Amino acid sequence: MKRIKTLETRDLAKSLKTGGCGECQTSCQSACKTSCGLANQQCENSNR
Amino acid sequence: MIHQYKLNGYNIVLDIYSGSVHLVDEVAYDMIALFENTDHEEIISQMLARYGHMEDVTEQELRDCLEDIQALKDGGKLFSEDLWKDVEQAAFQATKPVLKAMCLHVAHTCNLNCNYCFASQGNYQGDRGLMSFEVGKQALDFLVANSGTRVNLEVDFFGGEPLMNWDVVKELVQYARTLEPIHHKNFRFTLTTNGMLLDDEVTEFCNKEMHNVVLSLDGRKEVHDRLRKNFAGQGSYDIIVPKFKRFVEQRGDKEYYMRGTFTHDNVDFTNDIFHMADLGFTELSMEPVVSPPDEPWALNQEDLPKLFEQYEILAKEMIKREKEGRPFTFYHYMIDLSGGPCLHKRMSGCGSGTEYLAVTPWGELFPCHQFVNDPAYSMGNVWDGVKNTELGEKFHRCNVVANPDCRECWARLYCAGGCAANSYHASGDINGTYEYGCELFKKRMECAIMIKAAQQN
Repeated sequence: MKRIKTLETRDLAKSLKTGGCGECQTSCQSACKTSCGLANQQCENSNR
Repeated sequence: MIHQYKLNGYNIVLDIYSGSVHLVDEVAYDMIALFENTDHEEIISQMLARYGHMEDVTEQELRDCLEDIQALKDGGKLFSEDLWKDVEQAAFQATKPVLKAMCLHVAHTCNLNCNYCFASQGNYQGDRGLMSFEVGKQALDFLVANSGTRVNLEVDFFGGEPLMNWDVVKELVQYARTLEPIHHKNFRFTLTTNGMLLDDEVTEFCNKEMHNVVLSLDGRKEVHDRLRKNFAGQGSYDIIVPKFKRFVEQRGDKEYYMRGTFTHDNVDFTNDIFHMADLGFTELSMEPVVSPPDEPWALNQEDLPKLFEQYEILAKEMIKREKEGRPFTFYHYMIDLSGGPCLHKRMSGCGSGTEYLAVTPWGELFPCHQFVNDPAYSMGNVWDGVKNTELGEKFHRCNVVANPDCRECWARLYCAGGCAANSYHASGDINGTYEYGCELFKKRMECAIMIKAAQQN
């Protein structure tokens, strides 16, 4: 595609089927403690 | 739903439901904006009128671009469907969350007297006190007993200042390690400290046992000392910075964060982040102050455009320093596009009051550290468990689905509905909206994704 470059991202549709194991870090249990974001949370599901 | 924005010379298109990120040129940017609501022949006419003077913009080329956009749509990477609408209620009603994280308030007291402390100088507007080993042990037993099949359990030693109860922290870590093989669990400990009592013995133990250590530093000496003072009114910068330097030197490649708070008094907070980086710290976090609006250090609406500018300055400087071979990380820009959270995680909120609980020194349970000692949010205790099941259910339903504002927001799958405590303090309802925080969060996400675009371009 000449005008569009798509970055590699996780397929969220697929993750709906394989995700939800809950082993990842709780969102607030890290550096912030006063605001919430989860974009930086690592997925820990080896079967994703 | 898509979100388009321009930043630092990049034209970025986010496809919200699929999580796709597209880096496009000006022509495609405008065509995507029109694609769903404008006749495609009309789009070509408009583009020829706007960009026809450019060498590579021909009618055929524009038709090719329309085909590319259609292909992305057909492939589920642009204008994709709402993936969660069919599963939202079923998923939440059918699942019973299990407990997996705990904020252990081992000390409701502090050796600093920071003006802006959300915990009221460590006592959370209650009595001062230290957690006994027996209470902490019961909390760990309670966590294990209620964690179902989850393997990874997180425990943060928090306060007040947890190093004021250091012996109990060590005993609890040792006790938890005995539970791991019996119950097939893996404890990950975090310590959040102001650094005043940091010494080599603490450092050695932390490097062996603590998965992460959060070190509180607000940046420049004059900024840090303005609010982070001892009870005699003296700033703590000169005491803690050498300790933090020594700690980080010995930390090796294990995780830590240098975490600051910015206020109305230092809206130019990037200078504080750069100061930390210049001190040699590389894992950095800087948070907006959580404060009632009538406090002199509270952030206000006039600060907001300045803060937006600061986040852009930070992103550009990080790109520059990375190219120069002296990178640092910023917690909120550490977005993981390819290995980040699944949709379940993105839908399910922060976990407070369900998979995450705070425990006071006396064993009382609250949804998270920011609700501690608010009597309306007492959930039970570590001996009897969660007794306020109605409250537990309310937190279980607190997520992007519950808040109507989130339904219209492009950033919802990056924040999962945000912080319940912030929402509560801003709106009186955990399902409400903390608009100020949302604005800052969205700006941070735009910057974080722009950095990814710059790295891959």
